[in-house]
Amino acid sequence: MNKTVLDLWVGLFVIAGIVALLFLALKVGSTSAIKTNDSYEVVAHFDNIGGLKPRAPVKSAGVVVGRVADIRFDNETFEAAVTLRLDKRYAFPKDTSAAIMTSGLLGEQYIGLEAGGDSQKLKDKDKILITQSAVVLENLIGQLIYSKAQEGAP
Amino acid sequence: MLKQTIENLGNSTIQSVWRIGFAVRFFAVMLLHSGTAFRRFGLTIREMYFTGVLSLIIILVSGLFVGMVLGLQGYETLQRYGSESALGTLVALSLVRELGPVLAGLLFASRAGSAITAEIGLMKATEQLSAMEMMAVDPIARVVAPRFWAGVISMPLLAALFSALGIFGGYLVGVQLIGVDEGSFWSQMQNSVDFELDILNGVIKSVVFGVAITTIALFEGYDAPPTAEGVSGATTRTVVTSSLAVLALDFVLTAFMFRGLS
Repeated sequence: MNKTVLDLWVGLFVIAGIVALLFLALKVGSTSAIKTNDSYEVVAHFDNIGGLKPRAPVKSAGVVVGRVADIRFDNETFEAAVTLRLDKRYAFPKDTSAAIMTSGLLGEQYIGLEAGGDSQKLKDKDKILITQSAVVLENLIGQLIYSKAQEGAP
Repeated sequence: MLKQTIENLGNSTIQSVWRIGFAVRFFAVMLLHSGTAFRRFGLTIREMYFTGVLSLIIILVSGLFVGMVLGLQGYETLQRYGSESALGTLVALSLVRELGPVLAGLLFASRAGSAITAEIGLMKATEQLSAMEMMAVDPIARVVAPRFWAGVISMPLLAALFSALGIFGGYLVGVQLIGVDEGSFWSQMQNSVDFELDILNGVIKSVVFGVAITTIALFEGYDAPPTAEGVSGATTRTVVTSSLAVLALDFVLTAFMFRGLS
């Protein structure tokens, strides 16, 4: 085998491999992990987080603005402390409210942010004060059955 | 009778421990003598032609067909739940996380690994390695290390090509043939495939498989009894051992990488 032909083939092979990797990186995957220097963290306390998981999206008006970085149990307030990592490009008013929502009936859970009207913005390590817990479907059905039973028994 | 059995057991244990020790020493010596493989990179490029470029056809064709089958079967299952738009996610995640590195590794072991073992085993049987030593040429540095690095470089490239072609095959069947919506195919795929978590971990897997397969192939060749029978036995052992190693390592790596994810 001629040496230059051999070099050419190996070069083509390496280029094809790198193109395949780039295809996987750019067309197939996406970097959802927001880098630490382009983001800020806020904490929100919830009574019940339902099935929320780390890395779940944080959406405002349906647009992904961040990710859930960490979920812990606060042993003083007996609430779940959820750390949200938000993109630095998006600033939210101080009285923004956070709610745990479900995409579709059986879809994944995410945090929805509803902007308030405060002129001051949320900063790193701030706390979101107004929160709404996850809707637990079983409780809802239980309440429905209970209220129906109340109606039926005069 | 009983003494004989216990003696046999002890003997085979000592043999296998000795072999593992020899393999580890072989690996260490190979890494220590890798300087030549980089200083005279032409040697490594030559081996990359034999291990990488000549494995391309089988890798590309298998990747395409695996992706096409995934597209067909995934569609059959997903359309029962009315979620055929998740076909892109299914094809991409299964290829990038598991099938790409593992199947490319298995093909690489049988296509390139067996060839390496046969070549080195025959070099040993015909005393070419001893002749090199006589000429003060270190056979580990001149013959073994370039093949090792060629395999380690080729394997992730082959696995990436396998995954890319597989996703293209899934796209051909899912979108062009069956008619899944093209926009949701790609956007759902991009939403669920993470660069670091899925693609980078797949690349790490394929590098580890490359190290394991080429090390086993080189060691079996170097350790082969210098007879025709010995070389053929070593070639068989290479394919069997490295395939098993790929599958076992895949389980271990997956357990570490994707544990705690739901």
